[in-house]
Amino acid sequence: MPYSADYIKNKLSDKLDTLHVEVVDESDGCGGKFAVLVVSNAFVGKPLLQRHRLVNSVLEEELKEIHAFSQKTLTPEEWEKRNA
Amino acid sequence: MFRTIRFASLVRNFATKPEEIGNLVKGNKVVVFMKGVPEEPRCGFSNAVVQILRMHGVQYNAHDVLADEELRQGIKEFSNWPTIPQVYINGEFVGGCDIMLQMHQNGELIEELKKVGINSLLLETAKEADNTKK
Repeated sequence: MPYSADYIKNKLSDKLDTLHVEVVDESDGCGGKFAVLVVSNAFVGKPLLQRHRLVNSVLEEELKEIHAFSQKTLTPEEWEKRNA
Repeated sequence: MFRTIRFASLVRNFATKPEEIGNLVKGNKVVVFMKGVPEEPRCGFSNAVVQILRMHGVQYNAHDVLADEELRQGIKEFSNWPTIPQVYINGEFVGGCDIMLQMHQNGELIEELKKVGINSLLLETAKEADNTKK
């Protein structure tokens, strides 16, 4: 089943305490390749692997179909620094 | 009778697989599960990991999941990680392409390699550049 960038974005916003979510569909519409940027309080104090595991767990079902997935996970503080 | 025997062999097959993967990830200080082989990666994400390890001059074991469907599924369950490539250092799961890239960029990879006694090639070239300055 193909997923849309909006669907992924809504699910991540729903399940994680997010400040900001960007989802880019890199699959030319077939719904199998996505890049996401997630800014969430849930990442505070967590090492990178744990953050990515958290995102993976939210999209557990979807990742069975999505064959290419890249993610950036930032805390609100890191996100602010990046935009400063 | 026949069915019982077939069933038993099937169960044994499943029971040994995580053990075999457990041995694979400890086969070298750095072990990579990827699509294709280092000389010819067959996916951009796998290629990125190969290039990063090359820059650091790391010797590693690589396993091609495209050549073994059972391994492809097995490694995902073993690490509880849904995608390929997967990188292991000292038998521990480190992450996929995104994590390796970030660790490469923030210098963490050099530290992790040092912990297992691997001197990153990048560190060596940095030192040489330093010495020539002096």
